[in-house]
Amino acid sequence: MILSLVLSGCKQDKPTLHVYNWGDYIDESILEEFEKEMGIKVVYDTFATNEDMYVKIKSGGSSYDIIFPSDYMLTRMREEDMLEKIDLDKIPNHKYLESRFMGTEFDPNNEYSLPYMWGTMGILYNTTMVDDKVDSWDILWDPKYAKEILMLDSQRDSIGAALLKLGYSLNTLDPQELTEAGNLLKQQKPLVLAYVVDEGKDKMVAGEAALALTWSGEAAYAREENEDLAYAIPKEGTNIWFDVMAIPKGAKNKDGALKFMDFLHRPDISLRNAEYTGYATPNSAAKVMLPEEVRNDLGSYPEEEDLVNAEVFVNLGRTLKEYDRIWTEVKAH
Amino acid sequence: MRKSSAMVPYLIWMALFIVIPLLLVVYYAFTVTTPEGTTWSFENFTRFFEPIYLRVLWRSLALALISTLICLLLGYPVAMIMAGNAFSRKNVIMLLFVVPMWMNFLLRTYAWLAILERNGFLNVLLSSLSLPRLNILYTNAAVILGMVYNFLPFMVLPIYSVLSKIDKGVVEAAGDLGANSVKVFTRVIFPLSLPGVVSGITMVFMPALTTFVISRLLGGGQFTLIGNLIEQQFLVVGDWGFGSAISMVMIILILLSMAIMSFFEDEDKEATLW
Repeated sequence: MILSLVLSGCKQDKPTLHVYNWGDYIDESILEEFEKEMGIKVVYDTFATNEDMYVKIKSGGSSYDIIFPSDYMLTRMREEDMLEKIDLDKIPNHKYLESRFMGTEFDPNNEYSLPYMWGTMGILYNTTMVDDKVDSWDILWDPKYAKEILMLDSQRDSIGAALLKLGYSLNTLDPQELTEAGNLLKQQKPLVLAYVVDEGKDKMVAGEAALALTWSGEAAYAREENEDLAYAIPKEGTNIWFDVMAIPKGAKNKDGALKFMDFLHRPDISLRNAEYTGYATPNSAAKVMLPEEVRNDLGSYPEEEDLVNAEVFVNLGRTLKEYDRIWTEVKAH
Repeated sequence: MRKSSAMVPYLIWMALFIVIPLLLVVYYAFTVTTPEGTTWSFENFTRFFEPIYLRVLWRSLALALISTLICLLLGYPVAMIMAGNAFSRKNVIMLLFVVPMWMNFLLRTYAWLAILERNGFLNVLLSSLSLPRLNILYTNAAVILGMVYNFLPFMVLPIYSVLSKIDKGVVEAAGDLGANSVKVFTRVIFPLSLPGVVSGITMVFMPALTTFVISRLLGGGQFTLIGNLIEQQFLVVGDWGFGSAISMVMIILILLSMAIMSFFEDEDKEATLW
């Protein structure tokens, strides 16, 4: 009886914060530190894809206070009125965020989100197996590397690479451009060893393939495991992506969520997360504290001029079906 | 009276988790949602019968049939050995078949990745024996291997359970009446084991037809199978209507194949796993 009173009393005093983040995307000791400093209990769950997360939030029943969608998913959730507005005044640490990462197309006034990590899409390659200069998407179509190429089993990314090679936008809605990209991918298929997802980085680390279409964070992980690997952002352009922090509609602890956002962008905390995950932080104060070789590594932290042709993925609405058809055609080819 | 009240929890369970979801699948399959609203339509089905999707269906059927056949050819002799009197260590074989199933299916499939890759276990072994290397990862062969490996126990166990229940007297009588061992098998043992064969085939064919993990991991995602197509509709494209329509086509195909199977089964209603 007394025990239950104590327990329920404890529950009342100590609010909880339900966090829903990607797997292995935070230094978990930071959670304990947050609990200690703020007196808020953190319940931490993880997801594997944006779509898994979306379905779980959309179907209701879950009570998360803070989620970490990617850019295009944020747009979709915003359009479907699934998000709460955030109050930047309650997140003073947002001043550390680089201005180029604020007010991006998917959330022009940062009304709903703040960036958590960012990165690019590029080519991870094994320097012992590739002697050409890697600076263009063309190399993924070079017959010299037949059966040495890994593509992503992800429609937007692989079709995106083909579109960029053709000089089109990777958010194109033009059926003609999409057909051309589809044909290019069909033509490439005999050269491709496999269309991979998570296992791609392990294959590259093991030296199973020479070239792979990859995201920068995956590349950073792979390069740590195998020093023969290098990462390049092709000159034709790339996809620049953001994973952001947002509050789903109906969150019970909005205040705690804002505190959590602020905490994650405290420079020392942001630094620890960047070092732990290997992903690039948009936090300028944390970036300057990173070891020089990381900070100056153009793979992880490209300069602004390297990113002039970089585009964010935009939610395509019904045109996504067109991408799906083309992708199915490529895969059934 | 008591019996029917005992059924209630099961009926509720079935209604909640089988009937209602199926009705939802039917609903999504026959509706199309556009910005203007939701309308009834056959569009999802007509789309499925376009050549690219039929090719996906055909490939899935072919791979599933081949794997089922290989499972049958490999599994039947094993089941016979296990059921036979001559072999005293049947429990050991049984254990060997069942123990891998205690491990997670995904983990087992990932393990094959490490075995089959270029510098993987198999090739290291082959080259140390100065044999030519084998690059079968990311081919149809690897997908079939994965299916056979994962689904073989589902073929062996039902056949074994039927074979071990065959009255030994019948077999002896056939021998006494002059049938040689081939004839005993074709005229007595095999016909009596048909129910097990039928349930084995069904239990291998169905998961083989709908798998998407094996084709993605071992096939390197190069061969979209019907399972991948459905997964894509729900998780990537968000086209629940088309995904449901494909699922309905699959359900009908599976019902048809079960009907054909039960046609063979009719003659003899021995115990099966069903």
